[in-house]
Amino acid sequence: MSRVSVPCHVKGTVALQVGDVRTSQGRPGVLVIDVTFPSVAPFELQEIMFKNYYTAFLTIRVRQHTSTHTPAKWVTCLRDYCLMPDPHSEEGAQEYVSLFKHQMLCDMAQVLELRLILRQPSPLWLSFTVEELQIFQQGPKSPSMTFPKWLSHPVPCEQPTPLLEGLPDPSRVSSEVQQMWALTEMIRASHTSTRIGRFDVDGCYDLNLLSYT
Amino acid sequence: MLQEESDLSLIIAQIVQKLKGSNLYAQLERQAWGSWEKRILKSLNSMCTELSIPLARKRPVGEQKELLNKWNEMGTDEPDLSLFRPVYAPKDFLEVLINLRNPNYESGDSLSFRTHLGLIQVPLKVKDIPELKEFFVELGLTTGQLGIDDSTQVPPELFENEHVRIGQKVLTQQDSAAAQQYIRQGSPTALRAELWALILNISSHPEDILYYEQLKTNVIQHDLLVDSLIYKDVKLTASNDDYYFVFEDYLYQVLLCFSRDTSVLSHFAYNSASPPKSYIRGKLGLEEYAVFYPPNGVIPFHGFSMYVAPLCFLYHEPSKLYQIFREMYVRFFFRLHSISSHPSGIVSLCLLFETLLQTYLPQLFYHLREIGAQPLRISFKWMVRAFSGYLATDQLLLLWDRILGYNSLEILAVLAAAVFAFRAVNLMEVTSLAAAEAVLADLSTLKVMPLLQIFLFATVT
Repeated sequence: MSRVSVPCHVKGTVALQVGDVRTSQGRPGVLVIDVTFPSVAPFELQEIMFKNYYTAFLTIRVRQHTSTHTPAKWVTCLRDYCLMPDPHSEEGAQEYVSLFKHQMLCDMAQVLELRLILRQPSPLWLSFTVEELQIFQQGPKSPSMTFPKWLSHPVPCEQPTPLLEGLPDPSRVSSEVQQMWALTEMIRASHTSTRIGRFDVDGCYDLNLLSYT
Repeated sequence: MLQEESDLSLIIAQIVQKLKGSNLYAQLERQAWGSWEKRILKSLNSMCTELSIPLARKRPVGEQKELLNKWNEMGTDEPDLSLFRPVYAPKDFLEVLINLRNPNYESGDSLSFRTHLGLIQVPLKVKDIPELKEFFVELGLTTGQLGIDDSTQVPPELFENEHVRIGQKVLTQQDSAAAQQYIRQGSPTALRAELWALILNISSHPEDILYYEQLKTNVIQHDLLVDSLIYKDVKLTASNDDYYFVFEDYLYQVLLCFSRDTSVLSHFAYNSASPPKSYIRGKLGLEEYAVFYPPNGVIPFHGFSMYVAPLCFLYHEPSKLYQIFREMYVRFFFRLHSISSHPSGIVSLCLLFETLLQTYLPQLFYHLREIGAQPLRISFKWMVRAFSGYLATDQLLLLWDRILGYNSLEILAVLAAAVFAFRAVNLMEVTSLAAAEAVLADLSTLKVMPLLQIFLFATVT
């Protein structure tokens, strides 16, 4: 399925914290990232791709365009998706993640805005976020092929032309030629992929120093 | 349909990640590894300039003939190697690992619950004993083991005879997966060579023998600085070992050819390291003249030849010995001297060892730490060499059976912790690092399988 990237505007992360941010000792464990699509009409979301950076759990809320004049409401489409199986250790901390339409709890047909809620309960990490966020919508479908009529309805065999004197049977010749062709294809396909293993350049391997770059 | 596609691609991505485990924590690894690699390159370059020896040169014809004549007895050669020094030793590598830091990790100056008490400060996920018990379930108390249930006091009808019979069946079926499962309980000595070859998918086709002969020709034609390092390493380690000195000639034949084998370069696809580069004399910077040095991209360190030595007991035909070693290297041994976050990588093994010791022998760990004898400083050299040269050879081969069977090096960390547990009483009485080293200096009398079994399954926690 082809996909097309949707230009999005990612607003800065907002930390959710109880109390005064400046005087509080601890670090926030919840961050919110808003993603808007200023120049694009409501579209059907196909895929969300990003690089994780020490986020443990991800919740996504979506605001969709409704046909009636009621204001669009925020709906949770992904709840507490686990990115790091153990929030205290490195596993999953810097992985590339793809989330698809079918993993969402609701229909993603007319997306106006997205809100990513990142959670990292472990106090071990100095910061956490998601990077390289990309949103994709469905690309144009490949044009459906209609088979030409003669492929789906093969013409019945015609009568073979009468054999000329002295020439071999054409059907026998064609089957033998086919066998030979199959043999050449087999030989061509089975050529060994083992490398010769040359490490020199034209027989010369005189080296002075190693390169640092 | 879409669901299946994306499920499949997710599964494939996960499998790729597992295979490429070393590439996950790119930021952390590349910085640490980059500076370490530079240090190695600098060391090699300075050796070149100090000794005025080129990295590589073509041998003159006379010298080529001479080498060909004494190919089978290179050990008798006594070149002057006094000016060569190993590029690095395991303890230098340990210093690099100790200084690995994650920039995003909170490691305050004061001691808190966040500080790791051991030497490794990277928070990788390692298994704890319940998970290890599940992983190594075939080593449990109720399963027969070679190394325990084949001792002279146990009548062979109880376990050994049946085990040998199953082993022969596995070999006749040539079933590699069954062999891997079978070898978790140990391999009978007579069947070991074939079983390992079956698990590693090594078969002696004529083209393999031809490939080895080609490598031999490469050795004859070109002389590499790395060859002298290999000579020195063999003379320092294997030749001094009571068990392995007889195999000295084999070691040269394998290691010199190994340096010229470009097919080893393919393992860098899943190794976070990259092979050193150089340029043909005089053509610095031109990509057409860029080559890897050594041709296999692996610079040997002090003790490298000990990876090959135990295999000499099993294989006597040079090309088969070579193939087995090469496969063992690109599957397992490279992880012991490169930085990665893979569960079998040396960083994870060190952390696993320290965590096991802290959790299950906290008094011992605290005591050793207080006297300035961090346990990892003693056990690191065992793990980097996969215990080769420290255990008796029959015990070592039983250990390497399990490495192949479980396709993981974690057993090295478990064994290291088990050794400390075994000698805990003596270690509690020492008062210095040197004394602790002395207690753990000689492992040649240890029996590995009982130690592992007791530590994993019979220790009261």
